[in-house]
Amino acid sequence: MRIALILPFLIATFATFGMNDYTQLIVLYIAINIILATSLNLVNGFCGQFSLGHAGFMALGGYTSAALSMHFHPFDGAFQFLNFLIYALAGGAVAGAAGWLVGLPSLRLKGDYLAIVTLGFGEIIRVLFLNTESLGGARGLFGIVGLHGIDLFGLQLSPFFMSCTIAYLWASFTFLFLWRWTHSSFGRAFLSVREDELAAECMGVNTTRTKVLAFVISSFFAGLAGSLYAHTTNYLSPASFQFTRSVDVVIMVVLGGMGSLTGSVIAAIIVTILPEALRPVQDLIGIDIRMVIYSLLLILLMILRPQGLLGGKEWSYFLDSSLKRTTDIWRRYVRRPS
Amino acid sequence: MQDFIQHLINGLNLGAIYALIALGYTMVYGVLELINFAHSEVYMVGAFASYYVARYANLDAKPGIVSFITCLVVSMFVCSILGLTIERLAYRPLRNAPKLNVLITAIGVSLFLQFAGQAVFGADPKVFPEVLQDSVLFEWGMIQLRLFDVVILLVAFISMAGLHFLIQHTKTGKAIRAVSQSTRTATLMGISVNRMISITFILGSSLAGIGSVLVGLKYPKIDPLMGMMIGMKAFVAAVLGGIGNLPGAVVGGLVMGVCEEMVVGYLSSTYRDALAFGLLILILLFKPSGLLGKARVEKV
Repeated sequence: MRIALILPFLIATFATFGMNDYTQLIVLYIAINIILATSLNLVNGFCGQFSLGHAGFMALGGYTSAALSMHFHPFDGAFQFLNFLIYALAGGAVAGAAGWLVGLPSLRLKGDYLAIVTLGFGEIIRVLFLNTESLGGARGLFGIVGLHGIDLFGLQLSPFFMSCTIAYLWASFTFLFLWRWTHSSFGRAFLSVREDELAAECMGVNTTRTKVLAFVISSFFAGLAGSLYAHTTNYLSPASFQFTRSVDVVIMVVLGGMGSLTGSVIAAIIVTILPEALRPVQDLIGIDIRMVIYSLLLILLMILRPQGLLGGKEWSYFLDSSLKRTTDIWRRYVRRPS
Repeated sequence: MQDFIQHLINGLNLGAIYALIALGYTMVYGVLELINFAHSEVYMVGAFASYYVARYANLDAKPGIVSFITCLVVSMFVCSILGLTIERLAYRPLRNAPKLNVLITAIGVSLFLQFAGQAVFGADPKVFPEVLQDSVLFEWGMIQLRLFDVVILLVAFISMAGLHFLIQHTKTGKAIRAVSQSTRTATLMGISVNRMISITFILGSSLAGIGSVLVGLKYPKIDPLMGMMIGMKAFVAAVLGGIGNLPGAVVGGLVMGVCEEMVVGYLSSTYRDALAFGLLILILLFKPSGLLGKARVEKV
């Protein structure tokens, strides 16, 4: 808990002083992708449903937040960052409400059908934004306000430091929220729906409600990520919320292991950095190999290691097991109980 | 009224192409219970295969029935090889895996072909060579019946009739039907299930190949991402008709094509893609078994 509060400031400080503009942007994208991946994991991993429409909810959150930022700014000056709290929550709320509307009818479907329907909703949302001229239409929405830097008792905090801290605070919040949620009785209900829907129903779990709940929470955080994205890039266009973005997030979830929040975080970092790291190779060959590698990765993962990198385990498992190993060694060789 | 008839002709054309591709989805779903996302990319590769053959064999220099049929055959051949390879390498290792894993693999294969296609063929759209010369066969006021319209409908009809014969009146067809009813019982009856699945992939993929050449004739612009949207719509057509049901796919395809042309004609062309998903959502909510499908009670 304390780590989750301190870490964002550390990352932001480190990124502000140790990196150039380009890497700083990647650091911000990592935070956004962590929120997207962990939230999608709630539906795809913990609840066993397969959603392919995360980009649509992200778009909803982003556009809501951007539109709100044009007309509504209650805080000024040093407290300007509080505005963004409101925008993010509003974006999340709108996306969550849309998730409820979409989830209620479509979660009656299973597997492949659900995947197609969520994909369909994602595309419909995108087409709607494409046709809304007041939000820029196909040209996109320019000049969305970003965070200002503030002067904290003589300490100059740059705009980047502010947005990085806030993005990572949100990422920590998402992780903690989902962690506590999945480790509660609600979380066990999700797992039971994934493992056997019929048995879950027999145990008194309202499966439809559980699934819709997972969907709403997941879309809320997707909207939140969309809001962060909008104010980070200062530009939104329907083209940034295409099907491939949903697929990116699905790849993060699958790579990290469905049902592992830690895995999603690690995979989000890998999947964000990998294409940038591959850029020299790409320049050498001259073709866009990012998605080729991703898709091959997806196929090979499913054939060779369908449980993902961490196989549904969390960091605490690895901590526990390494602790146990050390204590075992201690007991066996050092203490030697009589 | 004349407007309406023209839209109807265009819609039936588009619908025939959707139907050809939808048949591939529905057949694979019938035997494997898997939405073969890669099917639309098989179609894309077919279009490029016939494009390259037509260009390097100079088929567009002497347009005519021979060049057209050469294109068809090459496209069918390449598509069936590709379909077979995908089944062998990606789907067969996962025959007993959970359905979700196979679904993710299918999406992976589809993306791989899309982006590998961009790398190999180049991302810019190419103009499909004119392997057959278009002419106006019949004109009445604003209504035009062109040669391509007739060719598309005719080729689509012949291939569907061929498929119908193959499935209903040959031993292989009987075996495929048996596999789609129950894999286990089919195995007990001495049917090689893997072979039947391969044959299904070959049939479906070659239909996609035919579809790709027909699209090339009518809308002569091809690019590596062309498969995605048309594949999605063909899939909606398959669901509309009742997935796993061959006549259903044809009906669904035609309905889909006509609806789309009407939306483009009377509303706005920006909504043509949203229409497909809207239709899909409606049909899944109100009649998930499709127009011609039988409602199946899910057994516990």
